[in-house]
Amino acid sequence: MTLLNLVDVSVRYGRLTAVRGVSINLKEGEVLFITGPNGAGKSSLLRAIAGVTPVAGGHVEFDGAQITGRTPEDIARLGFSMVPEGREVFGSLTIEENLMVGAGMHSRTPGWKGQTAADLASVYDTFPILKERRNQQAGLLSGGQQQMLVIGRALMARPRLIAIDEPSLGLAPNITDQVYERLIALQAERSLTLLIVEQSSTRAVMVGGRMILMRSGQVVLDGDARELGNSEAMQAAYFGYEDH
Amino acid sequence: MLQIVFDALSLGSLYALGALGIALIFGVMRLVNFAHGDVIAFSIFALLWPSTDAMAIVFAGNLPWFLLIPFVLAVGAGLSVLCEIVVFRRFRNTNPATMMIASFALGFVIRYFLLMLYSSRPKSISLLPILSQPVEILGARLPLLQLITIIVTIAILFGLVIFLRRTRFGLEMRAAAENFSMARMLGVRANRVIMGAFALSGALAGAISLIFGIQTGTADIQMGAAVMLMAFISTVIGGLGSLAGAVLAGFLLGAASVVMQVILPVDARPFRDAFVYGAVILVLLFRPQGLIAARGTKERV
Repeated sequence: MTLLNLVDVSVRYGRLTAVRGVSINLKEGEVLFITGPNGAGKSSLLRAIAGVTPVAGGHVEFDGAQITGRTPEDIARLGFSMVPEGREVFGSLTIEENLMVGAGMHSRTPGWKGQTAADLASVYDTFPILKERRNQQAGLLSGGQQQMLVIGRALMARPRLIAIDEPSLGLAPNITDQVYERLIALQAERSLTLLIVEQSSTRAVMVGGRMILMRSGQVVLDGDARELGNSEAMQAAYFGYEDH
Repeated sequence: MLQIVFDALSLGSLYALGALGIALIFGVMRLVNFAHGDVIAFSIFALLWPSTDAMAIVFAGNLPWFLLIPFVLAVGAGLSVLCEIVVFRRFRNTNPATMMIASFALGFVIRYFLLMLYSSRPKSISLLPILSQPVEILGARLPLLQLITIIVTIAILFGLVIFLRRTRFGLEMRAAAENFSMARMLGVRANRVIMGAFALSGALAGAISLIFGIQTGTADIQMGAAVMLMAFISTVIGGLGSLAGAVLAGFLLGAASVVMQVILPVDARPFRDAFVYGAVILVLLFRPQGLIAARGTKERV
């Protein structure tokens, strides 16, 4: 079943076009990596889906509903959880408060308290370090811990899809390994749909799943990560020296 | 001596409440709301019938205190929310300078609206006259109002801290103040949080207008401007966006004004404000980010 459907989506900043006519169809439970060099439009695409950056052309459907032009909070409430680049924890709030902000959108549904307590316990189960430091200010966490916090915070919203922009940014490789390990375990456990943006295709090849390569705002390649991974087509497309 | 302490605290209370009103809104939308002072003035005039006489024709001002106080707070909150819906909402994605100028303009609109209805002459009013009676504490005679101002301010600050720390809405406001865009991506409703901030800020303006009105016994369309300037300076010294900083700086500024009034040589006293502002410049030279630098000076999207 299609969860996210992008049809001919474009994003512009003034006269600069960051994304030109991208169409992607993402099925429920799928893991999709979007890779590509700096400035390929990956982050812009993600921000446009989340409603943070306006969609200049085309449209976005989530779970069968049109979400083009809707506010970020509305889109989040439909089950699209965004983890933006640079992690963006609320540094002056405690770790637990950060997690509670993530749970807030369900505060009107009956049984919210019990459900939230259970969700919190499950996030602490996945990331024990967060439990240990739950009353500390989130700004004091290391980069890897902050990455775990924002993933935990996204989970608190009980989303259908989590979109993560460069989870490995600024993290040591072994920390990145840990983050991915948990992420993939969570995905399998909850049949989450994952949309991960990374600059390099290394992770995608390691983890597996579907991979899309973007360059200059367009989709260049789309296929199985492991098959595409080290192919010549991939290398050529990434660096852009195809023969014409 | 005790008299000086109480003077400093009660003046500081006014500045702190004013600074909070500005800091709350700055926190969630990076707007320095210069219309805040005029909301203060408006709240007090809402107690009077429109007339150009010097003697005020009291209208809602005759209500008993338990109705009068909520009425004034509601007027402040209501006007403030109205400002957001009618004006500031349309400027939300513009840069802070544009918003600030819009707030100046809005302030003038409110002020001239009052001018039209009430004329520019200050009106004498007597609200809750019982509060002007002096009480004796530890050998110092002070107006009951001064004591109440301090107690009320402390109660408001306490209530605000509990609200921000213990309620869901408070949590959302703190999250939004630090990183608005991220908060929205987590489902925090922008309009709700911003309207909440305006309502709180407006209610604080109402509280100031009540205290000020009782203290001075006059309603003056210029009255907001004086508090507003000091309150704005407090938020800057405190670190724009930092609520704790705004309160701290408000009290410091109040104390500085009162202390200078006492220690300056008699000839220099008329220039007290120059000395106070001089001290402000000194503070900013050494701590340009403010006493308590706010987090989340990140750009709002």
